Amino acid sequence: MAITPPSERIWWRQPIARIELIWIIIAFTWGLIMFFMMIYWHGAGEQNLSNEAYQIKPQVFAKHAQDMIDEYQVREESGFPVVHPPPGSDVYLIARLWQWWPILELEKDQSYRLHLSSMDWQHGFSLQPVNINVQVHPGYEMVITVRPDRAGEFGVVCNEFCGIGHHMMVGKIYVVE
Amino acid sequence: MSSLIDFRTCPTTGLKVDRAAEKLIKANAVAAVVFLAIGGLFGLLVALTRWPAVHFLPADMFYLALTAHGLDVLLVWIIFFEMAVLYFASAILLNSRLAGPKWAWTGFGLMLSGALITNVAVLQGQSSVMFTSYVPMMAEPPFYLGIILFAVGALIGCGVFFGTLVVAKREKTYEGSVPLVTFGALTAAIIAVFTIASGAIILIPTLLWSLGLVSHIDPIIYKTIWWAMGHSSQQINVSAHVAVWYAIAAMVFGAKPLSEKVSRTAFLMYILFLQLASAHHMLVEPGFSSEWKIFNTSYAMYLAVLGSMVHGMTVPGSIEAAQRARGLTKGMFEWLRKAPWGNPAFAGMFMSLVFFGFIGGISGVVMGTEQINLIMHNTLYVPGHFHGTVVAGTTLAFMAITYILVPLIFRRELVLRKLATWQPYVFGIGVAGISVFMMGAGTLGVARRHWDMTFADAILPFDYPSAAFLMMGLNGIFAVMAALGGLMYVVIVVGSVFFGRKLAEDEKPSYPEVPPDSAAVGHYGSSESLKIPGTAFLVGIFFVAFVLYYFVNWKYLSEIWPLS
Amino acid sequence: MNEKDSPDQNESSDSGHQDQIPLMQQLLDNPFLLLVLGIAVPAVFYIIWGIIEITQIPIAD
Repeated sequence: MAITPPSERIWWRQPIARIELIWIIIAFTWGLIMFFMMIYWHGAGEQNLSNEAYQIKPQVFAKHAQDMIDEYQVREESGFPVVHPPPGSDVYLIARLWQWWPILELEKDQSYRLHLSSMDWQHGFSLQPVNINVQVHPGYEMVITVRPDRAGEFGVVCNEFCGIGHHMMVGKIYVVE
Repeated sequence: MSSLIDFRTCPTTGLKVDRAAEKLIKANAVAAVVFLAIGGLFGLLVALTRWPAVHFLPADMFYLALTAHGLDVLLVWIIFFEMAVLYFASAILLNSRLAGPKWAWTGFGLMLSGALITNVAVLQGQSSVMFTSYVPMMAEPPFYLGIILFAVGALIGCGVFFGTLVVAKREKTYEGSVPLVTFGALTAAIIAVFTIASGAIILIPTLLWSLGLVSHIDPIIYKTIWWAMGHSSQQINVSAHVAVWYAIAAMVFGAKPLSEKVSRTAFLMYILFLQLASAHHMLVEPGFSSEWKIFNTSYAMYLAVLGSMVHGMTVPGSIEAAQRARGLTKGMFEWLRKAPWGNPAFAGMFMSLVFFGFIGGISGVVMGTEQINLIMHNTLYVPGHFHGTVVAGTTLAFMAITYILVPLIFRRELVLRKLATWQPYVFGIGVAGISVFMMGAGTLGVARRHWDMTFADAILPFDYPSAAFLMMGLNGIFAVMAALGGLMYVVIVVGSVFFGRKLAEDEKPSYPEVPPDSAAVGHYGSSESLKIPGTAFLVGIFFVAFVLYYFVNWKYLSEIWPLS
Repeated sequence: MNEKDSPDQNESSDSGHQDQIPLMQQLLDNPFLLLVLGIAVPAVFYIIWGIIEITQIPIAD
């Protein structure tokens, strides 16, 4: 029994039943398939998170964002600047208590280098309803190349707990034709 | 030396029981159940708040309750119970005295005071930082201090366990290798040492930081090392509850492991690789290479998953073989149909096995796939997954073995047996519902740790799909059911421990019933003649579900915005 | 006296058995070796490798 010492002194040499062996081989093979699937997707898949990241001071990141806003702001909405940067450009999104700043307006099927960083605590970039979720840290910026493939209005929810105003932290991204 | 030790002989198992170990098992188990009750209550408050139609607590109380819920059940209940399991699997199963009972009591005292200090800190309201307490969000110093004390206490408990292994070997209290259940407990203890050491490494500087003595803690380094504790602590659970599965299979059916070699090697895969899965939490963080992510998130090519899949076959397989040896050989499933479904130890254990595999296990591997994590990170899918592993898996298994241990260790007859028969079903199905519906809501994008899914106070509006609200309503209903099951458990255990009829020194408990011939099937067949078609069929279903669900999620991933 | 004798006996009888006990079984019967491995593997692959990568994140200009 499992609650008593093994009945044979040398249990390592006991043969393994065929059915167990078959299952071990199946499970091991499946593990290899899942392992190589991740590697395969790096080549063949279109959804891979970039590992491009930098250490950055919050005020430096905020300045990059402000420069972008000054240059490409097209209108204002509920006190948020709406920014329409040119396709292919560097786009900055600030996470801070409790806002995603500014509102971005992107063009469908165009690529942008999206920079994310936090001014204070950790936040969670959760693009909805697409459901892309990325962690945002203070002191680090992450650069992701995104290519929106659908036009519409998208919500940016914060999905890392960031204090009492966490549930008010909603931003917006427009994708236009 | 051993003449000074006070032993009694267990009338059911014939094992020598060190009374000092017995007292420690009782103390740890009682503390565990108390914190389960507290933490469970907080959990119910959380679920009622996330039920959109109820939305019970205000925001500040919600985050406070969620912090307390995570700490009390994920850490305190489970580690206290694991201490009881460690002392049981070492001193009792090895017929030995416990090494250093004084140390064990010191550890217990530290754990208890640590748990109380942290709970008080959380209830004071200035430390609602969640279980994870990600920097630079800061809690009050006692919050960290309590966890550190708790961890040191648990580390001492692990030391007592290792010491007892040494004592038992030196005093030759057993022949050959340790029992498989003890080996599973050893696996848990090894992972616990890594877990606790990681916790100390990161929380001690964080405590100093909250006292103003250290100026900066890097948030990504914090998170990396914190998860070496936070995730590994759940791997202690996996190892411990797998050991409990084997123990219940042995105690209820007299089941013998199909192969010591295979089961122990599967545990070895846990020892070596299970802890790498801490990387599941770091897949969408800045700065890690894909090589690091892929190697760690896959537990080194899924070798630890291989271990779990092996246990998933050998545990029911050993039960099937024992039942067939007893003559339940008709068709594929007579052994399972005629299993003692009215015995809460068996019912809880078997549901724990099925839910852990199908709900917690599959979702964990899928979510831990480097790219797929993008569509799940920090959504409700995550708590959905770990309620499948830690609650439907570990907690249910621990509840199940309580029904055996209360009569054997507390020497009391169980009370409220009718209620006990139903308890695992009410709790198990409730928790399975919680897991599934949270995973459903997470798939629809709903954030975890979030007070208001309607975003009523936000300046910019956003609406989740209405199906997500339905999911959260169902989650609330099943949470009430699970809470009811938890309450039944606490009532039965507390009732039995205080009011159950005392068993005489040489009296065997009458419940839960054990098949009379269970000892007779200690041996059955050789490996060539082993027939477990029912188990083979069940693992076949599991495998098909696993493969389909895995690729369905790749399909979901392929539909989001292209990223690079 | 007794205490001094028994460890010696242990060793001689153990080493007699150890000739036959396969290496893997010896490993699985050795809790402290397993403890060392169980700490070393995640410490090296997860923590140390991970922290090296974090500290090498370049500084933005």
